[in-house]
Amino acid sequence: MRDLTDLGLAAIRDGVAGGDFTATEVAGAFNAAVAEANPALNAFIVTTPDHALAAAARVDAARAAGQPLGPLAGVPIGMKDLFATQGVQTTAASHILEGFIPPYESTVSQKLWDAGAGMLGKLNLDQFAMGSSNETSAFGNVISPWRAEGETAMRAPGGSSGGSSAAVAARIVAAATGTDTGGSIRQPAAFTGIAGIKPTYGRCSRWGIVAFASSLDQAGPMARDVTDCAIMLEAMAGFDPKDSTSLDLPVPAWSAGLTDDLRGLKVGIPREYRIDGLNADVAKSWDDGIAWLKDAGASVVDISLPHTRYALPTYYIIAPAEASSNLARYDGVRYGLRDLPDHAGLQDMYAATRAAGFGAEVKRRIMIGTYVLSAGFYDAYYTQAQKVRTLIARDFDAAFGEVDVILTPTAPSAAFVLGQKSDDPLEMYLNDVFSVPASLAGLPAMSVPAGLDRSGLPLGLHLIGRAFDEQGVLNAGLAIERRAGFAARPGRWW
Amino acid sequence: MTYRIEGATGEWEVVIGLEVHAQITTASKLFSGAATAFGAEPNSQVSLVDAAMPGMLPVLNRECIRQAVRTGLAINAAINPWSRFDRKNYFYADLPQGYQISQLYHPLVGEGAVEITPDDKKPDETKVIGVERIHVEQDAGKLMHDQHPTMSYVDLNRSGVALMEIVSRPDMRSPAEAGAYLAKLRTILRYVGSCDGNMDQGSMRADVNVSVRRPGDEFGTRTETKNVNSVRFVMATVEYEARRQIDVLESGGTIVQETRLFDPDTGTTRSMRSKEDAHDYRYFPDPDLLPLVLDQAFIDECRASLPELPDAKRARYEAELGLSAYNAAVLTADAETARWFEVLVAESARRQGKSESDVARAASNWLTSELFGALNKLGRTLGDSPVSPEAGAELLALVGDGTISGSIAKQVLEKMLDTGDLPGVIVERDGLKQTSDTGAIEAAVDAVLAANGDKVEQYRGGKEALFGFFVGQTMKAMQGKGNPQLVNQVLKAKLG
Repeated sequence: MRDLTDLGLAAIRDGVAGGDFTATEVAGAFNAAVAEANPALNAFIVTTPDHALAAAARVDAARAAGQPLGPLAGVPIGMKDLFATQGVQTTAASHILEGFIPPYESTVSQKLWDAGAGMLGKLNLDQFAMGSSNETSAFGNVISPWRAEGETAMRAPGGSSGGSSAAVAARIVAAATGTDTGGSIRQPAAFTGIAGIKPTYGRCSRWGIVAFASSLDQAGPMARDVTDCAIMLEAMAGFDPKDSTSLDLPVPAWSAGLTDDLRGLKVGIPREYRIDGLNADVAKSWDDGIAWLKDAGASVVDISLPHTRYALPTYYIIAPAEASSNLARYDGVRYGLRDLPDHAGLQDMYAATRAAGFGAEVKRRIMIGTYVLSAGFYDAYYTQAQKVRTLIARDFDAAFGEVDVILTPTAPSAAFVLGQKSDDPLEMYLNDVFSVPASLAGLPAMSVPAGLDRSGLPLGLHLIGRAFDEQGVLNAGLAIERRAGFAARPGRWW
Repeated sequence: MTYRIEGATGEWEVVIGLEVHAQITTASKLFSGAATAFGAEPNSQVSLVDAAMPGMLPVLNRECIRQAVRTGLAINAAINPWSRFDRKNYFYADLPQGYQISQLYHPLVGEGAVEITPDDKKPDETKVIGVERIHVEQDAGKLMHDQHPTMSYVDLNRSGVALMEIVSRPDMRSPAEAGAYLAKLRTILRYVGSCDGNMDQGSMRADVNVSVRRPGDEFGTRTETKNVNSVRFVMATVEYEARRQIDVLESGGTIVQETRLFDPDTGTTRSMRSKEDAHDYRYFPDPDLLPLVLDQAFIDECRASLPELPDAKRARYEAELGLSAYNAAVLTADAETARWFEVLVAESARRQGKSESDVARAASNWLTSELFGALNKLGRTLGDSPVSPEAGAELLALVGDGTISGSIAKQVLEKMLDTGDLPGVIVERDGLKQTSDTGAIEAAVDAVLAANGDKVEQYRGGKEALFGFFVGQTMKAMQGKGNPQLVNQVLKAKLG
């Protein structure tokens, strides 16, 4: 019998609906793959085989009863452990939430269950989604299934959605949820040779997602290809009255609208992204992307996004500022970790709890955020950053007056070796240099696999679209996907 | 009158500004659907949002905004069509989010004004107190220190309840002005219905900013006394703080800008924290909420929904109903009193077939002097009065048509308060109807004159002041039921 874990989301859904196999068989196959791979990859913080089986049983029963099946019926997915899942530990990969079991379900995960998906487990991530390599997790770093040719060094799966990227790439989940604040879906997707899209800010409800930086956080799908991303995003998106920043717009049928015929489409190539010392393999893959889009009928023009170089510093003011406030609730009073030293007062309890509960990177960002919001520095940092954010968004507005989609590399390099950058936060932050501008502007953006670098590691191409134009992004992604013919898979070393 | 405090080295002036926190009367909280009832079991009115569970998000309750806008309009304030919520960050166990959602940079309501009457006895002497702004914010929970020997408990029922913070200009110059401002503000809020004004339940409380200066000098350094919860305590805070600050200054000290607490048991204030330990609240726009944009139609609807406000009502009572300034002030000081009075007047006019302006004066006098006095003795208010305005109007009509006399009306009122019975029933049952039977009156007069022959002589000899004595004796003989006009008439005729 063929291995059901070879199938992606659409193939599983269609196979279950068509009776080729049962949802229970699918869940069983993925549960087994997870059990086998997770000790090596550490992609999951907890596994939930029963959740996957129960969802599958409901789908099989519904099918047997002749009832209509949801758009994700029978698809077992991984859930980033930033989404609150009712009755299942939700940690944000931090000790401060270790053992926390929410009495509620996030809007996005609920929508996925309602669509017929089941959960294989809660996926590891950088602590509170702060990181680009998954090394800040309190539960150990995720190991990428990818290795450079002829090497055994452990590579980063990217971050913060590193558990998601590793699990999808290792084919131990059919697809996974991610969240993206400055690139946390796109950079790990690029590192692991999978597709991932961050939709327009507000498309997916943030209700029930542990907040990192509220004005930037967006959920999105990470899957094996563009089509699977489109199907899954349709299930995740939608207006939620419980999130005041949720977009009150209908969800388009993106999967039905997919086409790689890009005739008439104008693609912008921002010159500011051609940074000094750009990795030669990355530069080549970018050129490949341009050629593929032209081949699909698009015209390509050079554009300028003049404030690009301020994006990273702007992001590293705004995101930590919001985080410093969002993370104040983890105080040991109501839930999660409480460290109460003998004879401790309230302040002592706060200090002890937060010192023990938060990891170094989280503390660093809380301190940065506290600093930039403090009296006397607020205008110089936060106010200034907000102004620059507006200028960056205007750059995009101007560019989209001229072009329909923007093509850039997703990340400045392929996956690096674990530990290589973990001592230098600034070096680590540079991973987000291409992904952060679109986050600041709230625009839809996705990474699609574009090929391998000279050491045999995946590279991603990055497409940025107009607000609300996920379709344009997905279509350009599909065009690249079809022409790149990316079929490489990580060797199964685990 | 200018209020001055005599110090050892000369006269001082006190400068006062109030920040009043008023709980907005709504069924649910500012950003969650949890209930807001007072006195519920601890932690029984707490949503996931109020407890700041991971991933929870605030959703603005439009009704809170509506009430705050109506309040702003009631003090003639500018309504800002674009406002925004900010986070005020600090750690405390009663603050689950680690920040309070408030409005620092762009408040909902801008400049307004409140007219006060600092001295009840001088209803014509008014002063306008500026209001700088009204913003909307969340309340915090409550710590309970008496539940456990070594630990404090937290009740989050109040966490997230909507407050208006009404910030005055430093325009008050005496304890009486501060008291009058707070009382007037409460009156307005109750009229508008945006806050129940129950200060003993914490629905309304004031942070009292006090400084002193030599008359004409620049403002002095102020202290802020937090959470003062009655008009009387606000006045006491001002008095104590002003005197304390003068004593400090006159003995060569300086005033420290600090937060203080009022102790109602001693009438004193004490330091809570100085500016040096003040929090850096790191205010910034709440990224979970969009800016609040109000359209003109919404503001117009808020304006249209306002009732007649106390100042307008008071002017109308004087101009149209002919009330004294004092009565008009007393009757409009409280929305419930005004409502009661208006029913009384309408019902009186209907029963007596007269216009409201014809009956209003008598009604206002009866209400302010008779009923208020009687209720006061019983320790009651109009709110729990056994006498309804309809019953009051019936009583006034019985006096008006001569069925009973004014003095009998007092007896009837006492019985009404006692039994809750209607005045007509009481008059009938107890035989209190006024006698207009000339024969009976003549008989009574004859008996009185016969029994007081000496006084009749004196009267006829020119001591006319005795007429009142004969009237009194006659009425007494008739148990007060004689028609006073007829009694007068008959007496005059018989005394010659």
